[in-house]
Amino acid sequence: MIQVQNISKSFKDVQVLTDINIDFLPGKINFIIGRSGQGKSVLLKCMVGLLEPNVGSILYNGVDFLNMDEDQHKAIRQEVGMLFQGAALFDSMTVEENVMFPLTMYSNLTKEEKILKVNECLERVNLVGKNKLYPSELSGGMKKRTGIARAIIMNPKFLFVDEPNSGLDPETSIVIDNLIRTITYDLGSTTIVVSHDMNSVMEIGDRINFISGGRVEWQGDKHELLRSENTLLNNFVFASEFMQEIKENLKGENSKQGE
Amino acid sequence: MTGILGNFGRYFLLMRRVFSRAEKKKIYRPLITDEMIKIGVQSVGIVALLSFFMGAVVTLQTAANIESGWIPKWTVGYTTRQTMIYEFSSTIVALVLAGKVGSNIASEIGTMRISEQIDALDIMGVNSASYLILPKLIASTIMFPFLVLMAMSVGICSGAIVGTMSKATSLNDFIYGIQYDFDSYGIVYSLIKTVFFAFILSTIPAYHGYYASGGALEVGKSSTKGVVYSMVAVMVANYLLTQILLL
Repeated sequence: MIQVQNISKSFKDVQVLTDINIDFLPGKINFIIGRSGQGKSVLLKCMVGLLEPNVGSILYNGVDFLNMDEDQHKAIRQEVGMLFQGAALFDSMTVEENVMFPLTMYSNLTKEEKILKVNECLERVNLVGKNKLYPSELSGGMKKRTGIARAIIMNPKFLFVDEPNSGLDPETSIVIDNLIRTITYDLGSTTIVVSHDMNSVMEIGDRINFISGGRVEWQGDKHELLRSENTLLNNFVFASEFMQEIKENLKGENSKQGE
Repeated sequence: MTGILGNFGRYFLLMRRVFSRAEKKKIYRPLITDEMIKIGVQSVGIVALLSFFMGAVVTLQTAANIESGWIPKWTVGYTTRQTMIYEFSSTIVALVLAGKVGSNIASEIGTMRISEQIDALDIMGVNSASYLILPKLIASTIMFPFLVLMAMSVGICSGAIVGTMSKATSLNDFIYGIQYDFDSYGIVYSLIKTVFFAFILSTIPAYHGYYASGGALEVGKSSTKGVVYSMVAVMVANYLLTQILLL
């Protein structure tokens, strides 16, 4: 389980996060949503140790990540997988080498065993036969899928995903969403997704945390989200006319049920 | 002033990270081999070309400046040898490599930084500073002395060829000159300098690349800074080492 407690973060005079408290549901897909520039990615970077918060704690199974010694850090990092917004594949390595990288660093498997495991992961993300391609030869969706394969090869207990659908077409976005869902439930990992793609949130989100102005403004599941009266949340979720129509329809259904 | 001190502090902290908690040795072996090829083998052509012309120019200039009949003809070979061994082969080659290797290191690491590849290494628990910089540092320290030895040989040979072809000196005089009062310490001095230069040329551009931020424009800027600062550092180190080793 991951718990974020009283996290605040500022850059010089700019306060980005203020007193963030979130308990992420273990084994579920937890979304952090919000408008651009509200601190979602900063929170994610604090959680994975790329940024240090000014105050607060980040607990992995009850142990504060910020006070861990080097060995504890190394151990917990082997339980963490992350998919970056741009996939962050190593340019000089092939798909196979990219996916194999965590195994090369941390496992004592033979080369054949590693290749077998890589092929299993590539099959899971539907990239069979792409082993020898370089990142420059892949499409955006294929890069993301390779990133997912690399993130899951160590069977992570905690999976972090930053803007999984940015720059992808709707069809590929659904493929990536489904992958995240399947992997989360197959591996039993606690998945934390930072996104502002509402399709994705409604499709696979189990728990949603809405951040606005560097604070947690609202928390709940997708059914509660549709019925929420929180103005900031409604302004964000139902920004488009299409979504407003959905909201009106929901209201209509609710009032009919009430009658 | 605080900016300069801040950069020094950050550079030394990065170096501490480079040498602390290295990954498994077997991880580094292929990386060092790759870097030896990129940094060393792929620089052979440019170093040989520049050394050839520099040796030739030094020979011709020396011959052209000898006006007095009292100065023996073998002075041309002697001067070419001294210039190539003491200064050109180590310092000028280092400056050339700052442009070629330094910009490559800074832009490679800088691109990895802005495309989150370094973040990916950190999240996996890999010591990214050590993983990225140590192989380049080791490869430079191994390969630069070979390049410098090659530069010495090519420069002196080109001096002999051009000097005799242009009739600036005879081959016998030139060979007598390069053997005259030969002290092998000159080569040792040059190689010691080269090891220091290798450290400077691999770590300063790496530092600028590692802390690059923003986009492609910033990577270009960090690459330029890496080259300029490493050139300045080479010249300062050259002065200090000469003071220490020769006087």
